[in-house]
Amino acid sequence: MRVLAALSGGVDSAVAAARAVDAGHQVTGIHLALARHPTSYRSGARGCCTLEDAHDARRAADVLGIPFYVWDLSERFHEDVVEDFLDEYAAGRTPHPCLRCNERIKFAAVLDRALGLGFDAVATGHYARLRTGRDGGVELHRAADGGKDQSYVLGVLTQPQLAHALFPLGDSLKSDVRREAAGRGLLVADKPDSHDLCFVSDGDTAGWLRERLTERPGDPVRHAGDIVDDATGEVLGHHRGSYGFTVGQRKGLGIERPTADGRPRFVLAIEPSSGTVRVGPREGLSVDRITAGRPRWSGEAPPGALSAGVQLRAHGAEHRAVVSVTGNDVEIRLLEPAQGVAPGQSAVIYAGTRVVGSATIESTRHARSVTG
Amino acid sequence: MDQPATTVYLDHAATTPMLPEAIQAMAEHLGDVGNPSSLHAAGRSARRVVEESRERIAQALGSRPGEVVFTSGGTESDNLAVKGIFWARRTEDPRRVRILSSSVEHHAVLDALAWLETFAQARVELLPVDASGAVEVAALRAAVERDPASVALVSVMSANNEVGTLQPVAEVVAIAADHGIPVHTDAVQALGQVPVDFGTLGVDALTLTGHKVGGPFGVGALVLRREVAVTPLLHGGGQERDIRSGTLDTPAIAGLARAVELSVRHQAEHALRVGRLRDDLVRGVQEQVPDALLNGDPVRRLPGNAHLTFPGCQGDSLLMLLDARGIACSTGSACSAGVPQPSHVLVAMGRSDDSARSSLRFSLGRTSTAQDVAALVAAIGPVVERARLSGSRAAVGR
Repeated sequence: MRVLAALSGGVDSAVAAARAVDAGHQVTGIHLALARHPTSYRSGARGCCTLEDAHDARRAADVLGIPFYVWDLSERFHEDVVEDFLDEYAAGRTPHPCLRCNERIKFAAVLDRALGLGFDAVATGHYARLRTGRDGGVELHRAADGGKDQSYVLGVLTQPQLAHALFPLGDSLKSDVRREAAGRGLLVADKPDSHDLCFVSDGDTAGWLRERLTERPGDPVRHAGDIVDDATGEVLGHHRGSYGFTVGQRKGLGIERPTADGRPRFVLAIEPSSGTVRVGPREGLSVDRITAGRPRWSGEAPPGALSAGVQLRAHGAEHRAVVSVTGNDVEIRLLEPAQGVAPGQSAVIYAGTRVVGSATIESTRHARSVTG
Repeated sequence: MDQPATTVYLDHAATTPMLPEAIQAMAEHLGDVGNPSSLHAAGRSARRVVEESRERIAQALGSRPGEVVFTSGGTESDNLAVKGIFWARRTEDPRRVRILSSSVEHHAVLDALAWLETFAQARVELLPVDASGAVEVAALRAAVERDPASVALVSVMSANNEVGTLQPVAEVVAIAADHGIPVHTDAVQALGQVPVDFGTLGVDALTLTGHKVGGPFGVGALVLRREVAVTPLLHGGGQERDIRSGTLDTPAIAGLARAVELSVRHQAEHALRVGRLRDDLVRGVQEQVPDALLNGDPVRRLPGNAHLTFPGCQGDSLLMLLDARGIACSTGSACSAGVPQPSHVLVAMGRSDDSARSSLRFSLGRTSTAQDVAALVAAIGPVVERARLSGSRAAVGR
């Protein structure tokens, strides 16, 4: 096959490309330039988007003996991922931009262009497995390395996207991948894993959001608001912008008055139109009913209701649930309550190790608090 | 798996193979000991090579030997000319704060000017160009005559490195000379392709570099009229009349001199041969891709340059597809990350960003053959078709 290997400049994508070469594919390496104004050097442990990362990607391609190009997707990335991330935060939701990037950039803009140029597949260093299902379709499964499994951020991929994807690391442990990189003479073998959001260069997401959201004229979130006790309605404090909060957050609430019983308060809800941040005890975070929309199915849409596993955040636990699908509406009933589930997050639905699909969380509630 | 090697090299404007004679001239001195600034026999021997090289270059370019200042190449020569002359002229008369240049200069000039604007209170005026990329002489005249006493320097390239358009340097010189304003020209691309004579041209400073004329990388010169004051950028041992400190690279200078000498001597026949190949290339490509558009002046252009817009294609897709077939060309200018930016030259010529991103430069040189042109013509049809497909494909899974 003719394979386009996306090289981030990190160890995983380099080894993934190397394995694609070993498998006999005709491999071309590309590095995606996603930042509109790339910085020269990494700060912290980020793993892409700087000129240094582009350099590392190029050197990996040299070692593998494959052609290498840089593709400028900064405009698309800004529109589809960064602006979307800002919109979601402005609306009081907590999105995960990596899913958006996989959905719109890596397995859409890049894949489209690759197919147009005559490539058959795009290979990445994601930890996830692809298998051929009984119906002949491609199934997406969790990786062998449970600690590194990235099937969650790939849960937005549909069958046409999966049909042209290659994840050569799905069967491997991260430690083995590092060892293999060293054995292959790849200089990125010891490069730290990337984390945080690649477009927030110093890792200060709240500061980054504040800077950008306050620049948007007329945005309700630029206004400061009240921090309110969810049970009593009492105003406990004020804040500079609701984007600084996420559901489930405990630290940095800036409330000076302790609770009567001395137990910590958590952010339970964010109301961006009024700027109100509702806080309360840990129990208030418990939810067992989730309404989600914008479903994306890996294969056929599941019929009616299914008993499934649901993962609510990257590297989060899998919850047992009953999932009912009606058109674009996905109702998730958790068998045990979960905590800190925020609108905007993606719920990825699993049948065993297989990804069924994903949906974006719109609202949550606790059955008892509704009925009782 | 081996990646395909380049078999059809059509990027001579980026760099062109060294002439065998230049390799030989350079190799002769690589084993020599002796710093040209040293006073002993070994030093004198090296110095002799440097001075003979200087004389050969001066002879080829119609300048005096003492006017040839060796540098590390085009970028340094451009920086030395633009910054050095600006500083010296403004020191003489603090009213001289304006620099007039064109909007299609190489970044070695443009970015040096931007730096002067930010850090040295220069006022830079970039003159517009016409649709072919030639600087508008009337605009220059108007800019000079508005306040001649405030102009420190005019810098206009001899030929554009992207679209190949020759600039009206003689007219620029005539306008500036009326007011005693020095003129710098970047002749990196022009040398060896069109006649370049320092004396006839009448400029005060001229940039050239070795690796574009069959000489080695990392060496070039600024030809600078003796009467023109220049403030040095590099301070140290006082080499090159105190204008450019740094130990002279004897072997590289020997190679440079040989390349300049030969490329000037063979310029006319080279231009004729390469110009014919270029015309065949443009005709052949346009037969395969009828809507391909030749950019730049159709006549007043570098003989080795063919710069074409392929509507509906991304330039970097075309480059990648041609590269996979062993054909090397260029999208114009590349930033350090290797990300193709829309060419500032095409944008200055009035093109949209999209049109600017849909362009390729093919540049021919001494080693180019009819087979190279035939190979490109054979490949370009399918490649353009493929690139168009990749640009217009409906999104998967959206």
